[in-house]
Amino acid sequence: MIALSDYLTVGALLFCIGVAGIFINRKNVIVLLMCIELILLAVNTNFVAFSRYWQNLAGETFVFFILTVAAAEAAIGLAILVVLFRSRNTINVEELDSLKG
Amino acid sequence: MLQICLGILLMPLLAAIIVGLFGRIVGRRGAHTLAILAVFLSFVGSVYVLYQLTLNEELGFNRDLYVWAQLGQLKLSAGFLIDRLTALMMTVVTFVSLMVHIYTIGYMEEDPGYTRFFSYIALFTFAMLSLVMSNNFLQLFFGWEAVGLVSYLLIGFWFKKQTAIFANLKAFLVNRVGDFGFILGIAGVLMVFGTLDYQTVFMKIGELADGGDFGTYFGLNFSMMDLIACLLFIGAMGKSAQIPLHVWLPDSMEGPTPISALIHAATMVTAGVFMVARLSPIYEQAELARSFVLIIGATTCFFTGLLGLVQNDIKRIIAYSTLSQLGYMVTALGASAYVASIFHLATHAFFKALLFLGAGSVIIAMHHEQDITRMGGLRRYLPITYITMLIGSLALIGFPGFAGFFSKDTIIELVHMSHLPGHEYASFAVTAGVFVTALYSFRLFFLVFHTPSRVDAQTRSHLHEPRAVVWVPLVLLAIPSVFAGGMMMEPLLGGFLSHSIFVFPGRDNLLLIATHYEGALSMISHGFTSQPFMIAMAGVFTAWLCYCKYPVIPLIAKRLFAPIYHILQRKYGFDEFNQAVIAAGSRGLGVLLSEVGDRGVIDGVGVNGSAHLIARSAKVLRGLQSGYLYHYALTLFMGFVVFLWWVWRSGS
Repeated sequence: MIALSDYLTVGALLFCIGVAGIFINRKNVIVLLMCIELILLAVNTNFVAFSRYWQNLAGETFVFFILTVAAAEAAIGLAILVVLFRSRNTINVEELDSLKG
Repeated sequence: MLQICLGILLMPLLAAIIVGLFGRIVGRRGAHTLAILAVFLSFVGSVYVLYQLTLNEELGFNRDLYVWAQLGQLKLSAGFLIDRLTALMMTVVTFVSLMVHIYTIGYMEEDPGYTRFFSYIALFTFAMLSLVMSNNFLQLFFGWEAVGLVSYLLIGFWFKKQTAIFANLKAFLVNRVGDFGFILGIAGVLMVFGTLDYQTVFMKIGELADGGDFGTYFGLNFSMMDLIACLLFIGAMGKSAQIPLHVWLPDSMEGPTPISALIHAATMVTAGVFMVARLSPIYEQAELARSFVLIIGATTCFFTGLLGLVQNDIKRIIAYSTLSQLGYMVTALGASAYVASIFHLATHAFFKALLFLGAGSVIIAMHHEQDITRMGGLRRYLPITYITMLIGSLALIGFPGFAGFFSKDTIIELVHMSHLPGHEYASFAVTAGVFVTALYSFRLFFLVFHTPSRVDAQTRSHLHEPRAVVWVPLVLLAIPSVFAGGMMMEPLLGGFLSHSIFVFPGRDNLLLIATHYEGALSMISHGFTSQPFMIAMAGVFTAWLCYCKYPVIPLIAKRLFAPIYHILQRKYGFDEFNQAVIAAGSRGLGVLLSEVGDRGVIDGVGVNGSAHLIARSAKVLRGLQSGYLYHYALTLFMGFVVFLWWVWRSGS
């Protein structure tokens, strides 16, 4: 039997991988987008796990919403990335520092 | 009566406004006609008021005419207090003013500022009248400042002359010092009595005789009354040019001569004397303040007279003489002889205006030469001026029979009778002052009218008596310079002003004189054997000896007493002291405040400092803003972790 804690552990692991990816990745903006997807996935996992645990459908409903939003976000993110590449000719995170004060 | 008084006050103002604003339209003739007419009507009205009040004192009144503002219990109003003192002052002021107005036609005839001048002097008459007719401290202060303003405008009348501008600025600044004390004194009155109305204040004085004690300073018992009286007197010191605030008066001679006669000799400078006499109930309660007044007056009386001995400018000599005579009046005030002081004020107004206008006549004849060392022997060319100046000088030195004799002798006698601290010094100063007065007056007189002529040939060929508008006022002023004293003596001794001026019963030495008084003629005959007369004659004789008979004496004296001569020439160094200490000191203080206080603290620390602080901290903080997304995300995450830890900790 797979217990609730196992699901939560997987969710936490996914979240940590996502966050660590954001911190550690210095090369590619696409990886950043993928990391964000991972974090959202971790959230989804938790939702589903709790939904099952409490026998409540609200959690699963939320997952659908999140998946939709994540898809939209990925689309917009990639579109921004294309525009960024056109203007800066790079998607290297190290070089994207125009916010520097 | 009220309508007449309003007319007296407002007529000159009306003339000043019309002549001042529409001078181009009314023209020169119109300007002087209007101004003279207005002042003449004021004069006639004043004489009428004085006459009525002499007959029946009950006709005088005290009335508020207009409430300017009401602040809680405090009413700020304008009104009249018409009594004999006021009526006397009004008559003196309007008479001298009228004479000066007429004289000005001759003196200023070639001046481009003719209409402006008439506008100013008419305005002055208004201001001076509002000062003397006032029934409260606020209006007194208004008149006080207004005469100061007109004085400022008229000293700098020839505003293209650098020295005139300097002199009027000086007069204004020095008077500010006095006015500061004056307004503090008024504030003190308001604090103690809660009102600015004369009558109410005088009524409350009795109840509050020793209201508030300032305790003992330097072994002196200093009451609230002393403080108020001293502060008000500081105002009088500014306006009436008492040492050490006298420095502006000699310099004010930069103005046109009619002004020197009207403002800086006869009327405005006596405002301080009038004020103290008007406020006699306050001064009677302030013994220490009277002592202060006595000493300042005596010092001014003697030491400024000495300065007149070394001056060569005809107007400056008379200016120092004015200072010295003001010193007499102030000394008399200190000795509680208010009536004698007002008496001398009135007679002095006549003969000093006469002397100034006479000097002006000489100046016109000499084509604006004022140095007496370049005159001499003028009596042949200017006979009327000569005789009137002689009358003025005799009145000034107190020759028996002339106006100055009665007033000055009364003052000297009353000062001798005083028992205030410092009275020995004051007695000495007023007595020695008689000698000095005689000496400088006749030095001037001999050097101008007698002695071999030192006038250059070109000027001499044009020497002649000026127009009638110039000499008629001289003659008209000469008449009261002779008779005013004898005429006023008896009523004044007989309590003419006893309802206007309060003297503490035991201190009223005037009554003592009155009991000995047996008429003007007997006083004159006594005068010929009195001590002041001998001293004055000694002065005249010395002047004759030094300047007519043996002109080498002054030169030898100058060499022998070189240090003293030097001190007198430098006017005791008051000007230098003011420049070096007061002016430079305040400038230094200003620089200090500007550099350290304003630029250092306010600008440096406050305004620019806060901006710098933000800029500097921003410089440090901007290092944190790397621009890398992952740094921000890390910070976000760390913050979240810390927050969680904190929630967990506070939860458990």
